Amino acid sequence: MEQKETKGFFRGLLNKLTGVEAADERLTPVETTSETLTPEQPAPSPPPAATSATVEKPSFFERLKSGLRKTKDGLVGRIDALVLGKKEIDADTLEELEEILITSDIGVKTTVELIRTLEQKMGRNELKDGEALRAALKEEILSRLIAQHRPLDINSRKLFVMLVIGVNGVGKTTTIGKLASRFTADGKKVLLAAADTFRAAAAEQLEAWGHRSGVDVIRHKEGADPSAVVFDACKAAVARNVDILIVDTAGRLHTKVNLMEEMKKIRRVISREIPEAPHETLLVVDAATGQNALSQARLFKEAAGVTGLALTKLDGTAKGGIVVAVSHEFALPVRYIGVGESIDDLRDFDPQEFTDALFQA
Amino acid sequence: MTEDNVKDALREVRLALLEADVNFKVVKDFIENVRLKAVGTEVLTSLSPGQQIVRIVHDELVAIMGGGEDNSLDLAAKPPVAIMMVGLQGAGKTTTCGKLGNLLKKQKRRPLLVPADVYRPAAIEQLKTVGRQLGLEVFNSTADQKPVDICNSALRFAELNGYDVVIMDTAGRHQIDDFLMDELAEIKNTVQPREILFVADAMTGQEAVNVAGGFNDRLDISGVVLTKLDGDAKGGAALSIKAVIGKPVKFVGLGEKLDALEVFHADRLVSRILGMGDVLTLVEKAQAVFDEKETALLQSKMKKNQFDLEDFLAQMQQIKKMGSMESIMGMIPGMGKMMKQMKGAQPSENEIKRIEAIIRSMTPGERANHSIINGSRRLRISKGSGTSVQEVNQLLKRFTEAQKMIKQLQKLGPKGLMKGLGGLGKGMMPFG
Ligand SMILES: Nc1nc2c(ncn2[C@@H]2O[C@H](COP(=O)(O)OP(=O)(O)OP(=O)(O)O)[C@@H](O)[C@H]2O)c(=O)[nH]1
Ligand SMILES: Nc1nc2c(ncn2[C@@H]2O[C@H](COP(=O)(O)OP(=O)(O)O)[C@@H](O)[C@H]2O)c(=O)[nH]1
Ligand SMILES: [Mg+2]
Ligand SMILES: [Mg+2]
Repeated sequence: MEQKETKGFFRGLLNKLTGVEAADERLTPVETTSETLTPEQPAPSPPPAATSATVEKPSFFERLKSGLRKTKDGLVGRIDALVLGKKEIDADTLEELEEILITSDIGVKTTVELIRTLEQKMGRNELKDGEALRAALKEEILSRLIAQHRPLDINSRKLFVMLVIGVNGVGKTTTIGKLASRFTADGKKVLLAAADTFRAAAAEQLEAWGHRSGVDVIRHKEGADPSAVVFDACKAAVARNVDILIVDTAGRLHTKVNLMEEMKKIRRVISREIPEAPHETLLVVDAATGQNALSQARLFKEAAGVTGLALTKLDGTAKGGIVVAVSHEFALPVRYIGVGESIDDLRDFDPQEFTDALFQA
Repeated sequence: MTEDNVKDALREVRLALLEADVNFKVVKDFIENVRLKAVGTEVLTSLSPGQQIVRIVHDELVAIMGGGEDNSLDLAAKPPVAIMMVGLQGAGKTTTCGKLGNLLKKQKRRPLLVPADVYRPAAIEQLKTVGRQLGLEVFNSTADQKPVDICNSALRFAELNGYDVVIMDTAGRHQIDDFLMDELAEIKNTVQPREILFVADAMTGQEAVNVAGGFNDRLDISGVVLTKLDGDAKGGAALSIKAVIGKPVKFVGLGEKLDALEVFHADRLVSRILGMGDVLTLVEKAQAVFDEKETALLQSKMKKNQFDLEDFLAQMQQIKKMGSMESIMGMIPGMGKMMKQMKGAQPSENEIKRIEAIIRSMTPGERANHSIINGSRRLRISKGSGTSVQEVNQLLKRFTEAQKMIKQLQKLGPKGLMKGLGGLGKGMMPFG
């Protein structure tokens, strides 16, 4: 607890001292040329995973498991080594356990909490040996994820609006592409809004995804006001009787005040055009992210009222352990996980499956 | 230094490193190293044990990060020289291609940007747009070509058209994706890039080492670019990568704009990585306050016997500045004690104001030479400053004491002077 305050204090103080908060670098309008005004439709390239490794790629479960294997090696493997054959678990063991948890990207605060709970159980003589400790740890992690677990119900509204946000490069656009495909397959009418008007060819990227599942994209030219795009998209969504409107936004670092303001404005426009919208504000987090994900969640939640998480790139070796901390500390459900770059590489988050995979022998 | 004061300090350092995403194995080795180095070292007179450990930690980290080593871009080959960007999805490769091209253009080079990401939708268009924004030539490729063919023909195109650097953008990939890693290896073999830059996101966690290791095993990378350092991520991943695979960080990305690329400075990253690096900066700032400005000035003044009331006032204000850092410095192991000493010495806002008023009510002549301030002058000064004659008397008395003390400290040299400043403050308090 003290830790957190200290951090915030340091940060605030340091920012004051160094004047770190940079001026909004996007305020200077991006140079646009006539070519960017009328971009050619990029040839829809086939999904990468399909091109590269259709044959040799293992099933999703195997991939998830092997993707999570590293987490397991890191986490459970080390705990096993730690407690294997130890009939008694002493404070030293717990101390080492603490380190293992921290270094699995789970986050200091959650780790300290987990250790405290385990210590209490130990005090009550509930943990006799390593196996019991391991089971207790798994149970603790799982129960935290379950406590926050709420799958997204997009049928709750006639027009469901989803705002997708996050730092740069985490997989927002890709996740939207995958969602569009899934909702379309469920018989929904989907509309996408290309409110990333900053990054080069961002709208083209989203259009390519829209093209893949035959979904329309509302876009303006590069450098346009993202709120204007969103305004148009809301109008279009109502007029076209759409079931789901998904808004793609530019990646932004949560520490950039002006960019966070821009995002709030986008949000305000949505709420004004469609009552109670956005119904879901999805924060996308890259599985490879370390402790910074906590800062991301804190500031995005403050600024945009995040209601759910998507965890991407779990097909790599990154652990995604930080999601345990983020979900728990900010009371946010993980809605989806990304397990590849192909259009169908999106899964509902399942706490049991996630934890099982973490702890699988 | 004893095991005990080292242990306390290192516990903090360890936590700071872990929270900064430095890999746990790296942290472990590092802490052990510092412990060995620190235990038994003589405590320098100028620094508390805590400060000294922070100093050792800082210097060791800078050494690991390759401080002082050559981390410049190597373009010493027959042009066109090829540079290849590799890394995970979304790390910042495409943006960095543009930034680097921009940098080289400013250095009077003729770079050619090469889009060889044929997988991500609109990736080629992205680099083309970046090139347009920068006025850089972008090789014309399409998503149905093979990346290795694109790179190969781009190199020939550059040769024929007088481009001297060829910057190749590749698709993001996981290091365990054999198909895509083979592709990179093939490009490497074909175009023989002089530089293979692994682009890493500053927000990466513990996995950074495995990822960088995987790329390095297949490609023998030549350097690292750390992106997105303009946020609040500590960037400990870079430290892990350097410590484990030994490849230098060459550039850092500090923003989305295409001029936001800087040459890497080890000491800056280290200050950032140490959770206490923020604090460290402050300690250094505080030291600088005393060291450079004040100490040098004071010393030269003392030598000439010139320390006057003006300097006295300035000194008082410096101590007040230190005071505002008290709470932070208190968190550095070993520093707490020093700060407690300082606490009694801190003049309050009001006191400073009164001292200032009194000194400002003096004539320049009086400020330079306090001995001329007689009874009637004291009365005038107290009226002018809205204080009592007693307060003026007290101030002058403290000032004379301070002058004496400074003369003594001065004999000890700059370090002694710094160390003595806390006590000096105490002696100087006029309205204690
Ligand atoms: N704030 C900030 N954003 C950056 C920096 N470098 C890149 N970005 C952003 O990060 C995102 C991803 O950058 P790209 O250059 O597309 O990354 P990439 O590695 O080419 O990504 P893929 O090709 O999709 O694998 C974009 O939104 C960039 O604008 C940086 O130093 N700071
Ligand atoms: N392997 C893998 N790559 C992903 C996943 N999600 C996104 N990506 C890749 O990450 C990169 C950045 O994604 P993008 O959607 O452009 O991120 P944005 O900047 O947040 O919109 C792209 O190269 C995507 O193909 C995932 O779940 N797995
Ligand atoms: Mg995007
Ligand atoms: Mg790219």
